[in-house]
Amino acid sequence: MLNWIILEASSYAAQIDNVILIIALLGGFWLFLAEFVLFYFVAKYRRSRSPKALHITGYDHEHNKWIHWSHYAVIACDIVILVFAARAWYHVKQSVPEHIDEEIRIVGHQWAWEFVHPGADGKLGTPDDVNLVDELHVIVNKTYKFHLESADVLHSFSIPRFRLKQDAVPGREIDGWFTPTVAGTFDVPCSQMCGLGHGIMGGRIFVETEDEHRKWLESATGKTAAIPGHSTGKLASTQGRN
Amino acid sequence: MTTHVAADHAHSEGDHGHHELSFIQKYVFSTDHKVIGLQYFMTGVLMGVLGALASYVFRMQMAFPGHAVPGFGLVTPQIYNQMVTNHGTIMIFWFAMPVLIAAFGNYLIPLMIGCDDMVFPRLNRLSYQIFLFSALLLIASFFVPNGGFGGAWTSYPPLASNPIYNQTPYGAPMWLAAVALEFVAFLLGGINFITTLMNARAPGMKMYDIPMVVWMIVIASILFMASVGPLVAGAAMLFFDQTLGTGFFDPARGGDPLLWEHLFWFFGHPEVYVVLLPAMGIVAEVLTVFARKKLFAYRTVLWTAVATGVLSFFVWAHHQFVAGIDPRMANIFTVTTLLISVPITEMSFVYIGTLYGASIQLSTPMLFAIAFIVEFLIGGVTGIFLGASGADIYFHDTYFVLAHFHYTFVPIAVIAVFAGVYYWFPKMFGRYMNDTWGRIHFWGTAVPFNGIFIPLFYTGMAGDHRRTFNHLNFPDLARGDLIFWREFSTVSLLIMLAFQVIFFVNFFYSMFRGKKAPANPWNANTFEWVAASPPPHGNFVTLPHCYRGPYEYSVPGRSSDFWPQNEPAPKT
Repeated sequence: MLNWIILEASSYAAQIDNVILIIALLGGFWLFLAEFVLFYFVAKYRRSRSPKALHITGYDHEHNKWIHWSHYAVIACDIVILVFAARAWYHVKQSVPEHIDEEIRIVGHQWAWEFVHPGADGKLGTPDDVNLVDELHVIVNKTYKFHLESADVLHSFSIPRFRLKQDAVPGREIDGWFTPTVAGTFDVPCSQMCGLGHGIMGGRIFVETEDEHRKWLESATGKTAAIPGHSTGKLASTQGRN
Repeated sequence: MTTHVAADHAHSEGDHGHHELSFIQKYVFSTDHKVIGLQYFMTGVLMGVLGALASYVFRMQMAFPGHAVPGFGLVTPQIYNQMVTNHGTIMIFWFAMPVLIAAFGNYLIPLMIGCDDMVFPRLNRLSYQIFLFSALLLIASFFVPNGGFGGAWTSYPPLASNPIYNQTPYGAPMWLAAVALEFVAFLLGGINFITTLMNARAPGMKMYDIPMVVWMIVIASILFMASVGPLVAGAAMLFFDQTLGTGFFDPARGGDPLLWEHLFWFFGHPEVYVVLLPAMGIVAEVLTVFARKKLFAYRTVLWTAVATGVLSFFVWAHHQFVAGIDPRMANIFTVTTLLISVPITEMSFVYIGTLYGASIQLSTPMLFAIAFIVEFLIGGVTGIFLGASGADIYFHDTYFVLAHFHYTFVPIAVIAVFAGVYYWFPKMFGRYMNDTWGRIHFWGTAVPFNGIFIPLFYTGMAGDHRRTFNHLNFPDLARGDLIFWREFSTVSLLIMLAFQVIFFVNFFYSMFRGKKAPANPWNANTFEWVAASPPPHGNFVTLPHCYRGPYEYSVPGRSSDFWPQNEPAPKT
């Protein structure tokens, strides 16, 4: 459903959108039913048509069954929603795919993303790593595991077209994964208030074919753009501050 | 149950006095619950106007980024962050809470339970004075070097705790101190409300005879007292981090920013129900009077309110699904969050059920009360998307969240408050508000309100994130349809704000020149309508006795369609 408004560009985007659709259908049903009954009562029981009100305590079965059966139905809907939501959650956040093609490191700074690509050897933490500011290059249909850190305050790594979001917390390394399924260039905004420049903190993710990616890697190797004043890499935040 | 009458010395002196009270005694240092209620109301509304003006500034920036805002000037990122942060803070802590709980609570509780004043009048006065000071402190924080705090109303460290990061070395601690003082004010007020209800009810008033709005305000006060403790402790730690250089929330020195998030939301989620319940109470009073109908299943309403309150203590981490907590926790908090839908649905259905077989008069207060249910249902249903972990991965911190909680808070703090003001105005000032202008104000509020926030559900689904200074900085968000809906939303806000002028003119004009109202203009049952309008110091000539529940409307076999709580049953 959400695909009409915003592209589904990762392997799990459709699953998350399905959870949203299920909730929209179930919640929408109850919402329209309740609003309909409400407007119907307001129209039907205007004083001009209904000069004398009934006296109902609401405790006898004849009347309160209308409250009770609906509340069992709401519990049933909750269970359906819970199952779909928890399955999507487990898939995206609690499990990591068995096969990971490449690992990347992401460090949030005030106010830019630092993306560490593993380089030609495919390993992080080696001299051929490619560090870029606000630019992340990945290959379509490959599965990436990311290690997310923050060098200063809370940030949130968000790729709306992947339906991916994860806060970056200083002092912690948080892992996650994604598989891009559509080639293109997408926004990577910070979605957690991080200070003065929060509203301009946005990177771009370049989802490329293998050929494009190889060409990019050749041109980029050796050109690292570290953010001045910050050490990069594992738990940057805990070193050299205060 | 009448021991309260002489409970406070200062108060009993006031009662005896044959001398006229001076202006200062009467309005500035008054211990009269009605004066304190009106003080809270006026201060809260004034702060609400400030909060609304802040929303004008940042909504203009959202719709027309980079253009100078008429009457304000150019919006810089710093000003934008300040406005967003303080809009949220003011609307929750200095508008919704003082108006819904303190103003209506102070004004109504003694009148509706049939006593002459709060049991702790001087504590009550102190509560307002601390509240006023906290409001002034917050306003002052805008005028210190580097300006007011701009790190969002949630004030997450290390941004909030370290001046190197937030760049407001004075604004941030002042903001925090103001919030903490406001909590103290409401703790004092809450103690007073709870004690008054439990000890000072009119003779004959049993637990199930208490008007629903009084119950709701008292339950809200209990929720507030039970949830605010951890946050006050957290606020003290954050204040030390900011000013003394401690490291409670600083990971570089062994602290943890997530600790603050837990403390904040352990308070923050019950807080939603702290403001919701009084609004539900106001709506129950207005609904029953203008439907001439008994509240459907009084005990169900009461116990679902209690159930909602208890459950609200177990859902806080749904604000933190993607914050870096253990992902397994998310499933548990999804279960508890979805469970809240049960009592809330039940409560909504009970309110709709109250209209079954009614005799509805669509007066201005009734229009607002019905609009509350209509709009709040939308707010409630859209909350399910955010409480369900899987869907929240995407929706977290988008405009969808913002639209959702405005669909709860605007019905609560604006629409229900208007219902209450139009309804109790004749009691407060002895005059009616103009009904025609009231209706115009109603439509000018309810329709543009939807115009503001329905588009924001859409922009949120399309990926607009909250607290973003300028969406056009993000290529994917510089889309024509999104730009149109952002402008649509802002124009709706301008229309809604313009219509509020009608309310203020109507309010102040009617206060002095409105049509005179009798003591019980709506033929309502509860005790406040027994007292004169406006009620004198001490409220009642003779304290009323309670003979029945508050909602005995249209009782079969009676010639009149209402049956005041203080009217003895006819001898048979």
